[in-house]
Amino acid sequence: MIPLSWVVATSAILFGLGLYGALSLRNAVRILMCIELMLNSVNLNLVAFSRYLHPDQPRGLVLAIFIMTVAAAEAAVGLAIFLTIARNRTDIDVDKIQLLKG
Amino acid sequence: MAQLGWLVPLLPALSALVLAFWGKRLARQGDWLGTGAIAASWLLSLGILADVMVNGSTSALRFEWARFAAAPGQAIQSLGLGLQVDALAAVMLVVVTSVSLAVHVFSMGYMEGDARYKRYYTMLSFFTFSMLGLVLADNLLLLFIFWELVGLASYALIGHYYERPEARYASMKAFLTTRVGDVAMFVGILLLFRELGTFRFAEIVEAIEHGAVAPHVLTLAAVLLFGGAVGKSAQLPLHVWLPDAMAGPTPVSALIHAATMVAAGVYLVARAYGIFAPSADAMQVVAWIGGLTAIFAATIALVREDIKQVLAYSTVSQLGYMMMGLGLGAYTAGFFHLTTHAFFKALLFLASGSVIHAMHHVQDMHRMGGLLRKMPVTGLTWLIGAAALAGIPPFAGFWSKDEILLAAYHSSTPALYWIGTVAAVLTAFYVTRATWLVFFGQPRDRHLYEHAHESPAVMTGPLVALAVPAALIGFWNSPLSGFAFGHLIFFHEVHEAEPSMTVTALAIGGALLGVLAALAIYAWRIVPAATVIRLAGPLYTLLKRKYFVDELYHWVFVRGTMALARLCAWLDQVVVDGVVNGVARFTQGLAEGSHLVDQQVIDGAVNLTASGTVAAGNQLRRAQVGYVQAYALTLFASVVVGLIIFTIGG
Repeated sequence: MIPLSWVVATSAILFGLGLYGALSLRNAVRILMCIELMLNSVNLNLVAFSRYLHPDQPRGLVLAIFIMTVAAAEAAVGLAIFLTIARNRTDIDVDKIQLLKG
Repeated sequence: MAQLGWLVPLLPALSALVLAFWGKRLARQGDWLGTGAIAASWLLSLGILADVMVNGSTSALRFEWARFAAAPGQAIQSLGLGLQVDALAAVMLVVVTSVSLAVHVFSMGYMEGDARYKRYYTMLSFFTFSMLGLVLADNLLLLFIFWELVGLASYALIGHYYERPEARYASMKAFLTTRVGDVAMFVGILLLFRELGTFRFAEIVEAIEHGAVAPHVLTLAAVLLFGGAVGKSAQLPLHVWLPDAMAGPTPVSALIHAATMVAAGVYLVARAYGIFAPSADAMQVVAWIGGLTAIFAATIALVREDIKQVLAYSTVSQLGYMMMGLGLGAYTAGFFHLTTHAFFKALLFLASGSVIHAMHHVQDMHRMGGLLRKMPVTGLTWLIGAAALAGIPPFAGFWSKDEILLAAYHSSTPALYWIGTVAAVLTAFYVTRATWLVFFGQPRDRHLYEHAHESPAVMTGPLVALAVPAALIGFWNSPLSGFAFGHLIFFHEVHEAEPSMTVTALAIGGALLGVLAALAIYAWRIVPAATVIRLAGPLYTLLKRKYFVDELYHWVFVRGTMALARLCAWLDQVVVDGVVNGVARFTQGLAEGSHLVDQQVIDGAVNLTASGTVAAGNQLRRAQVGYVQAYALTLFASVVVGLIIFTIGG
């Protein structure tokens, strides 16, 4: 079996990639995708710990299912917002969406 | 008959009421009603006088006016008013109704075509009612009420020609001047009431005879009562209103300001004689005021140009005689002079009215002259009145004046006798002067003379009717009638003064002297009037200006009142307004302070809160950069920092 540390490391690398993308990219859809990546790295973490610590219980798996549900809802809401922004403006560059700037 | 006394004032009262409300609708504006009422009253009065004289009957009518307690819990007192008929009242009733009747008839001619004919007759009836009520009152309170009512009637009638300013001022002057005396009189009445608890003459006199009043209080009360008489009878120093009252119609002057109302003061003293007689001091006051008034007014009458003014001052002077007589204890003589004077002075006034009517309301004697030829009836009746006034025997004035002088001669103050005698000479002089200037000599105003005409019968009739008593009434109290008047009107006991040839001779001599002096100056021009005036110099000016009394009163009372008013105005403006303004200014200052606190402190705190919030917002807004990723980075950094703290702190 693959050692847990490898899985956790993979998860950390994925989270780091997602975080970097979310903070650095300009396109809103890409940012959304990076956020999904971060959520999935967390899911990986949860599934891995569930498998290694309590293989007989599905508690970590249930939590992963919840996160996927929330991620789906979040993607739906996020895409709906971007779609609306795209209809009102020419693009969805987040640097230009700053109407609430103080 | 004496029981019908109450009917005598009632008839004119009803007539006044009817005239006041329906006078305009009656034929001739109701003058016949007023005249008829007074004629009925006159007949009744004659009947009453006959009854009193023959049967010695008197009557009284009393009713309760008010019940009251002086203070809560004290005994209830009853305040009764009443009318009484006795010899004094009966004679006065006849005097008042006779003159009033003559004036009523005379006025039909004199006031013909007057714009306020109805008002005139209404007030004439009203006056007669009030005067008769005054005569019949058996107590001081009712007498005072009627006293004021005659004053009101006098006011209204003096001001009959109220479109003329002098008539308005004269009526006000009469009303206010008499009011001065009336205040004193009212205080006197209340003083007696406080002492004795009654207003009735009979009860007051009885109590005084039993010594219920301390002598000094009695003197004070009597002098205060006399104050009312001084005002009403135009005695010094309140005589100033009567000459001005001549602004009223001449018949009114005859009725009110010669025969009746001004005699009310004398009547009051006679009626309340039981209050005066026990106080020698009060009697002295009455006698001296009367004597001084008699000579004072007679001197002013010497130089008047206006026929009515001569008669007005003559009236003041003759009223002074009456007062002097009463003050000297000559009760009968004083009242007898009132009676005779009423007739001959009313006659003189009505005759002057007839002259004025003929002269188209010219009253200046220097524009008349020779009128006897044009107006024989008026002239002859005037002559009778003038002779009566001058004291020429056998006319009325001689008998009554002689008796007063006799009383003065026998009194303890011979000075008053000489004052009276000199005044008698002056009286004869001025009345002769007036007679000559009006009726004799050459007409001085040819135009007026040619238009002059004898008055109609309605005016000469009353003159003739009054001339009879003016000529004959003196015999009522003469040896020829056995002093019948003195046996009718007396105080305590019939008093027959010892006749004195000296007094009679001096009186007749004085009268003749006055007449001859006047004739010498005006008729025979031995010493022309102009020369006399030049010789008299400042004395003439003094008389002409009536001793400057009006000026004195103007300066002292009118100006004094004005000055007082100005002082009050100043006090009001400076002190009272000052306090009010001070309070206002203080309140204003307080409000301004409050405003300052409100603006600076409270608003400051509120504004500080607001501006602090704004400043904080301005600072905080810099954090709102508007870049979503910046927020996300902040979020992540915060989580990391939190984790580090959590781990290290853990």
